[in-house]
Amino acid sequence: MRSLLAYIITRLLLTIPMILILLTVVFLIVRVMPGDPVIAMLGPKGTPEMIEQMRHDLGLDKPIISFGLDNQYVDYLSDLLHGDLGVSTYYKVPVWEKIRLYFPATLELTIFGLMIAFFVGIFSGAFAAEKRKTVADYSIRLYGIAIYSIPIFWLGLMLQIIFGVWLEDITGGRFAFPIAGRISARISPEVITGLFVLDGIITGSWKQVTNSLFHLVLPAMTLGLVLSGIFVRLTRANMLDVLKSDYILSADARGIKRRKVVYRHALKNAFVPVLTMMGLQFAYLMAGAVLTETTFSWPGMGSYLVEAVHYRDFPAIQGTIIFIALLVASISLVVDIVYAFIDPRVRY
Amino acid sequence: MMGKKHRAEWYIVVVGGVILTVIIFMSVFAPFLAPYDPLASVGDPFSPPCRDYIMGTNNLGFDVYSRILHGSRTILLISITAALFSATVGIPIGLMSGYYGGKLDRILALVMDSIYSFPGLILAIVMAAMLGPGVINISLAIAVIYVPTYFRMVRGQVLSVKEELYVEAARSIGARAVTVMVRYIFPNVIASLAVVFSLNVADAILTEAGLSYLGLGLPPDLPDWGIDLAKGKVFVPLGTWWIVTFPGLMITLVALSFTMIGEGLNEILNPRLKEH
Repeated sequence: MRSLLAYIITRLLLTIPMILILLTVVFLIVRVMPGDPVIAMLGPKGTPEMIEQMRHDLGLDKPIISFGLDNQYVDYLSDLLHGDLGVSTYYKVPVWEKIRLYFPATLELTIFGLMIAFFVGIFSGAFAAEKRKTVADYSIRLYGIAIYSIPIFWLGLMLQIIFGVWLEDITGGRFAFPIAGRISARISPEVITGLFVLDGIITGSWKQVTNSLFHLVLPAMTLGLVLSGIFVRLTRANMLDVLKSDYILSADARGIKRRKVVYRHALKNAFVPVLTMMGLQFAYLMAGAVLTETTFSWPGMGSYLVEAVHYRDFPAIQGTIIFIALLVASISLVVDIVYAFIDPRVRY
Repeated sequence: MMGKKHRAEWYIVVVGGVILTVIIFMSVFAPFLAPYDPLASVGDPFSPPCRDYIMGTNNLGFDVYSRILHGSRTILLISITAALFSATVGIPIGLMSGYYGGKLDRILALVMDSIYSFPGLILAIVMAAMLGPGVINISLAIAVIYVPTYFRMVRGQVLSVKEELYVEAARSIGARAVTVMVRYIFPNVIASLAVVFSLNVADAILTEAGLSYLGLGLPPDLPDWGIDLAKGKVFVPLGTWWIVTFPGLMITLVALSFTMIGEGLNEILNPRLKEH
């Protein structure tokens, strides 16, 4: 009898080589590709001596790979095992410190974005399934396909224009949604977890909670709407199946109001696959976060990565990518285990 | 197979095709259709759409409409090139890996799955950062993301047909491995390939726009819709909506056209078993 534990262990064992492969791919991209990082970092004013010195400091004068242990690849892996993600050449602080600072911002954005994607997706999908083959159904289906074709950053800019600029004009300068940053400059947030809304709740600072929520509206909607497309389609497909089943028929026959039947009984069963899909969408979420953060000046990991690229801060680039790779691998592991827990048919 | 049952899906493909044809027309005839030089300041900066400049001018006085027309070339060129790169690499590797099997196949599948699970845009960002600017470089950076997609699709097909009788028959008459792969197995893949390619180009378009929006990969004198969005972003609070609205709309339209073609074809070629 296959057990959940066996599945967990097998899945864990599978994760290790995948992480190793990702780390190696990152290593290859950053170290092996054409373009000398040191020259890029020092710029035109780097003298040959400075270049040599920096190469030595960064350990770049060792061979990339060799049979022994004294090469860049081994250094790279052993650094990682010690939790050392390198020192940012631009900011002169450990990369890990920066990531710790910026990650909660991304986390907060993605949580709210995901919530929006989930609710918009689930309810639109259910509605479309219920109103099958009507105009509403086709429109929602079109939305599901089309929304993904909209560049996230463009949607962000459009929302900024409509709800940030025009709204302010229409209300005579009185109200508009913020289009940049996480919180107004005049509020110093109490930071405990780094998630401003949560921290505001914990410290009882109502101002912090409302202000951060206001700042979250546009970016989270941007991220959430684009991601909702696939949830719409998935929910609709699942709902169509569920709505045909016998217990729904019997619920109808018992006289339960249609709306309750659809949104309470049917939807409950249809949205479980959506939950697991949410985990799988995490990669898209990260990519979307990068674009959303740069559009809304949101100080998260996406902004940090783009910044690092512009400053040619190679340790920062490498460190951030590694962090993201580990994150993606962990999330997909958790999602797979949760799904196996829910659905006993999924075992190795 | 076609006909009444798939009418809605055919509409989708046709609409997508029409939009795409218009855009291709735009890109091919851009130098003739554009009223102004896309790289020259031709009017007052920040002019709203009017008779002289139907889509207005940007912060440097460039005509937005001309930049839209010329920008279509950049985006189509890069995304289609990237998709072709991916297909050229991914398909043969998938064929061989699936056909020969063994340890190499398992390792390759694992490598491809790892890359596939990683956020594509971020991978492209890093590659573009390392490779530096240039049309070929950015196409390569984007192409890497999609190789696993073709690999997985082709390999899956190979695995499912490998044990079929006609393959065995081909082998028994002494057909070389290459012949078996190309003549007998590959044709099964062609239909799905069209779908995957369309959706691939759609995604590549969005990725390319994203990369140039972030300031990566393209030389500054190439008209590109992503760059226009990046440059226009800071002027949003001024109310100059036309600078960012039109380029983004175009990106959406091109991506949408490829998506419609791909999704429509998908519904037609792989009809869902239940009626939806």
